[in-house]
Amino acid sequence: MATVTRRGFLSLAGIGTAGVLVGSELGFDLAQATQIKQQLRIAGATEAHSVCPYCAVGCSIIAYTRKAADGSVKVLQIEGDPDSPVNEGRLCPKGATAMQLATSDRRVEQPLYRAPGATAWQKMSWDDMLDKLAHRIKDSRDRTFVATDKKGNLVNRTDGIAFAGGATFSNEEGYLAAKVMRSLGLVYLEQQARV
Amino acid sequence: MTNHWRDIKNADVIMINGANPAEAHPVGFQWFMKAKLDPTKGPGSGGGAKLIHADPRFSRTSAVSDMYLRIRTGTDVAYFGGLINYVIQNNKYHDEYVKNYTNASFIINKDYKFKDGLFSGYDAKKRTYAVETWAYDNEPGPDKYAKRDESLKDPHCVFQLIKNHYSRYTPEMVQTITGIPKEDFLKVAQIVGEMGRPDKVMTIVYAVGLTHHTTGSQLIRSAAVLQLLLGNIGRPGGGMNAERGHANIQGNTDNAISWEILPGYLKVPLPGQKTIEDYVKVSASKRLLGISWNFFGTNYKKFIVSLLKTWYGDSANKSNDFAFSYLPKPAGNSSWMTIYDQALQGKMEGVMLSGMTAASIGPDSNQVLTALSKLKWLAVMDPFPTTSSEFWHASGLNPADVQTEVFMLPTTHWIEKDGSFVNSGRWMQWKDQVIPPVGDSRHDHWIVAELFHRVKALYQKDGGKFPDPIVHLTMDYKDPLKPSLDEIAREVNGKDLKTGKRLATFAKLMDDGTTTSGNWIYVGSYPEKGNMAKRRKGVQDPAKNDPTGMGFYPEWAWTWPLNRRILYNRASADMSGKPWDPKRAGIAWNGSKWVGDVPDYPPKMNPKDPKAWLPFTMNGEGVARLFASSMLDGPIPEHYEPVESPVKNALHPDMSASPTAFLYDKAAKRENRFGTPDEYPIIATTYRLTEHEHYVTQQVPHLVQLQPEPFVEIPTALANERGVKTGDMVRVRSKRGKIEVRAVVTNRVGQLDLGGKKVYQVGIPIHWGYVGIAAEMHPEKSKFWMANNLTPFVGDANSRTPEFKAFLVQIEKLA
Repeated sequence: MATVTRRGFLSLAGIGTAGVLVGSELGFDLAQATQIKQQLRIAGATEAHSVCPYCAVGCSIIAYTRKAADGSVKVLQIEGDPDSPVNEGRLCPKGATAMQLATSDRRVEQPLYRAPGATAWQKMSWDDMLDKLAHRIKDSRDRTFVATDKKGNLVNRTDGIAFAGGATFSNEEGYLAAKVMRSLGLVYLEQQARV
Repeated sequence: MTNHWRDIKNADVIMINGANPAEAHPVGFQWFMKAKLDPTKGPGSGGGAKLIHADPRFSRTSAVSDMYLRIRTGTDVAYFGGLINYVIQNNKYHDEYVKNYTNASFIINKDYKFKDGLFSGYDAKKRTYAVETWAYDNEPGPDKYAKRDESLKDPHCVFQLIKNHYSRYTPEMVQTITGIPKEDFLKVAQIVGEMGRPDKVMTIVYAVGLTHHTTGSQLIRSAAVLQLLLGNIGRPGGGMNAERGHANIQGNTDNAISWEILPGYLKVPLPGQKTIEDYVKVSASKRLLGISWNFFGTNYKKFIVSLLKTWYGDSANKSNDFAFSYLPKPAGNSSWMTIYDQALQGKMEGVMLSGMTAASIGPDSNQVLTALSKLKWLAVMDPFPTTSSEFWHASGLNPADVQTEVFMLPTTHWIEKDGSFVNSGRWMQWKDQVIPPVGDSRHDHWIVAELFHRVKALYQKDGGKFPDPIVHLTMDYKDPLKPSLDEIAREVNGKDLKTGKRLATFAKLMDDGTTTSGNWIYVGSYPEKGNMAKRRKGVQDPAKNDPTGMGFYPEWAWTWPLNRRILYNRASADMSGKPWDPKRAGIAWNGSKWVGDVPDYPPKMNPKDPKAWLPFTMNGEGVARLFASSMLDGPIPEHYEPVESPVKNALHPDMSASPTAFLYDKAAKRENRFGTPDEYPIIATTYRLTEHEHYVTQQVPHLVQLQPEPFVEIPTALANERGVKTGDMVRVRSKRGKIEVRAVVTNRVGQLDLGGKKVYQVGIPIHWGYVGIAAEMHPEKSKFWMANNLTPFVGDANSRTPEFKAFLVQIEKLA
C-alpha cells in the first residue's frame, strides 16, 4: 500500500463520483482501505459517549480519544452512535463537524476584563476576577434589594441583577444556577426557550 | 413534545407548521421520512403517511411534502381555525373522545362573549382582560363542580362556543387571511378530516415559526384544539410536538432557569402570598369534577415543600413554613425583553449571560446594545467571544463612552464536562466528560458555585441585605466549590430523609419535610439502582429492547415523568381501556393492569370502575381544554395580525393586532419603533440554516465554509421590480435598523394574494454578526450583519415571546 497522507487520500477519494469505489486512480479497493485506515485511526482508543451540542434532536455521539505520552488527551474522532433509537448513527453537517468545535483553537483561554470606558481587554487572574465580580453582585444586590414592596408584602427580591443562559448547560448545571440565583434573590432568570 | 422523535414514524399524517425540520432538525426528520415511505400508512389509501407543510418559505421540508402551502407568516390561527371549522361542520371530529376526554361538554358563564375581535372583560387602558366571565358555570354545593351537557347542545357549552367561534373561518376567509388558495386548503381539510377516525392518527410538528409571534401561544393552542377534536392527543403517532432548538433547552426549562416557574413547572410565588398555604391555594389547580384525579394540584404542596427542603435543608422546617419567605417574589413579568427594558430605564445594574448572547438574540439588537451600555456591569460566561462580550466596540458605540464594566469568564464546552441533555422528546441522556478543559477555562457550575461562595463570605464578613437564603443554602457537595454533576443529579432526584435512600417515584414525596427533591418530575431519574439517563439498550437489539415494537425503547436513557414516553397516554385508549387503534397501542387495559408505555394513570385502576379517574390526570377538569380560561389573551384562539402587518385583520379590521400584546416601548414611554406598510411594505421573517446553529457555529471553520456570508431570500417578482439579481448587495431596513447583505433571488419565497392585495415575503437567516471567522474576514461589512437589528421589541401577552417571525421591511439595492 502506497503511503498516502490523510488529506491527499481524502481528496483523491473525492475525485470519483459516489459509488465508484473499486478501480479508482489509486488502483486498490478504497472501501477496504478506508475501513483499515479507520480502524488504525481509532485502534486502542478510548470510547466515550456524548450527545450532540447543537439542536434538541439529541443525537448520540461516540467520541474516540487517546492519551499521549505527556498525559494530554486528544480527540481522534467523533461519530454518530449506531445504537441510539434517536439517530441510529446519523449526524447532520453540524454534528458531523462537532470535532472542530471540540478542538477549536479559537477559545478564550483566560479571564478577560474590560474596565469602564476602556478600549481593550486586559488579562486577569481567576482569583481577581471572581473577587471583583462577587463584590459587584453583592453591591448591586444590596443596592436594589426589595424586602417589602409598596403594598407591604414581604417579597425579598433583588431587582437589579439578571441571569440568562444555559441552552447548552447540562441539566444539572442549569439546576444549580437556578438554585443559586433564586437564593441570591434574583427574579430575572431567563434562558433560550422564549428567544 | 408530548411524544418523541422516533414516534413520528407512527403517524398517518404529519402537519408541519412554523418549522423546517428537514433543514433545522435533519436527523430527526428521518422519522418523518420513515412514516412517508411506510406503505402501511396513509389516510385509507395505503400510500404512505402524508406530509403537509404550511410555511412562508418553500424549503427542503416542502420539497418532500405531499402538499406545500405558502402561508403568510403569523396567520396559522386562521389556517387551524379553518380546519377546526371544517372538522366540526362536516362531523369529522372524534365524537367519543371529544365528549369524554375534552371539556366540550362544560358549561361556560352566561356572560362570556366574543364580539368585534374582543372577548368579554377587556380593559383598553391596561390592555388586559378580567377573566371572570370565562369561567365554568358551577353546580351548586360545596364542591362547586362544573356543569356539563353531555349532549353538547347547550348554547353555552364549550363545544357550541367553539363551533360558533370558528364558523367565521370559512375557506374563503382562510384564503383572504393566509394567502392559501381555497382549493388547496380544502384538499388539506379532506385529508385532515379523515384523521378523526379512531384508527387514524395525525401529529402536528412545530417550532419557533409558531412561537415567535405576538399571538404565539394561541397559534399553538389552535393546533392543539384541532388535535383534541380529532382525538389525537395522547396517542402514538399523534400529539403536539415542539421541535426545540438547543441541546438542553428542554432540561433547562424543566429546571426553571425561567422567571415564572420553579423546577418542575411549579409557579413562581407572587407578592401577597405569605405562606405555603397561600401559595398553593393560588397556584395549584382545583378539582373541578368528582372523578378528576387532579394529580398536580392535589400534590402541589408535597412538591414545593420537598424543593424547599432540598435547597434550605435544616433551615427549612415546619416552624418557619419551610423557609417560604426565602423565595423571591417578582413584581411582575421578568422575562427576556423585560431585562433589557429595565436596563433601558436604568433599573438593571448587572447582567450575567451564560452561553447566550443578548446582542445577537435581540429582538431589536440596536436597542439591546443601548440597554447593555446602560448596565454597571456585564458578566459573560462562554467558551468563545460573543457579540455580547464584544458589544462595547460594536458599530454605533464608542468604547470610551460605554461605562459598562465587562467580565469575560471563559467556560468549558459540553464535551469537557459530563451531565445530561434532555432532548425535545424529554429523553434525558447522560454524556461523559470526553476531554479535560482547554487552557484556564472553567466549568460554568464551578464558576457559579465559587461566585456564590465568595458572595456568601462577603455577607458573613460584612453583613448586608437579608443574607438568610444565602447563608442557609445547602451546598452539600464533596467540594462545595467544585460540585460534581453526578452529585447534583442525585440531589435533583431527591431522597427520603428518614432512610437516606433516593426515591424511585414522586408518589413518595411528602409535605412534612421528610423528603427532598430538587425537581419532582425528575424523581426516578437517579434512584438507588443508579443513573437511569446512562442506560443504553437501543437499536442494537430491537426485538429485546423495544418489546412493544412502538419505538419506546424503555431502557434507553430516561424520560420524565417516570420514564413515560408519551404524555397523556391514558387518552390513547377508549373509555374501557381498549386502544383506539390496536395496531398502534399506547397503553391497554389487560383486565388487571395497564400494559404498554408507562401509563399516565394509576397502573392498576380498572377503567370500567365508575369511579375511575378521567384521562387527563394533571388537570383539575380531568379532561383536556378546548376552552382555556388560563390564557391571558382569550379562552379560544383568535386570529390577530402581527403588530407590523401590511393588511388589516379581515375578521375585525378595527381590532387588527392582538389587543393584549405587550408594547414595551409604549409602556415605558419611549419613542415608537414600529414601522407602517407605506414606508415598509414587505413582510420579513427569520430562520435558521442547516449548517449553522445560532451564533456559536461562526467559530467552526467547516461550517463557515459551507455558509460563509449572510443573505436575504427575495422573491423573483420583487427582485425584478427592484432590479436586484442574485449576488447583489442590498440594504434591508426596518423602523429599527438595517442589515446589508447579499440578495438570493429565488422562488422559494414568493408573493401572496390576500383578497386582491399583493404582498411579498422575504426570508433572512439569523446566524451572522460582528464576531466569528466570517466577521474577522469582513470587519467592515460585518457591522451590518445581525438579522435582529430588524426585529420588533414586542411580546406575546402570555409568554412575552418576541415577534421575530413577522415584521415589515424595505429593500434597496446598494451601488
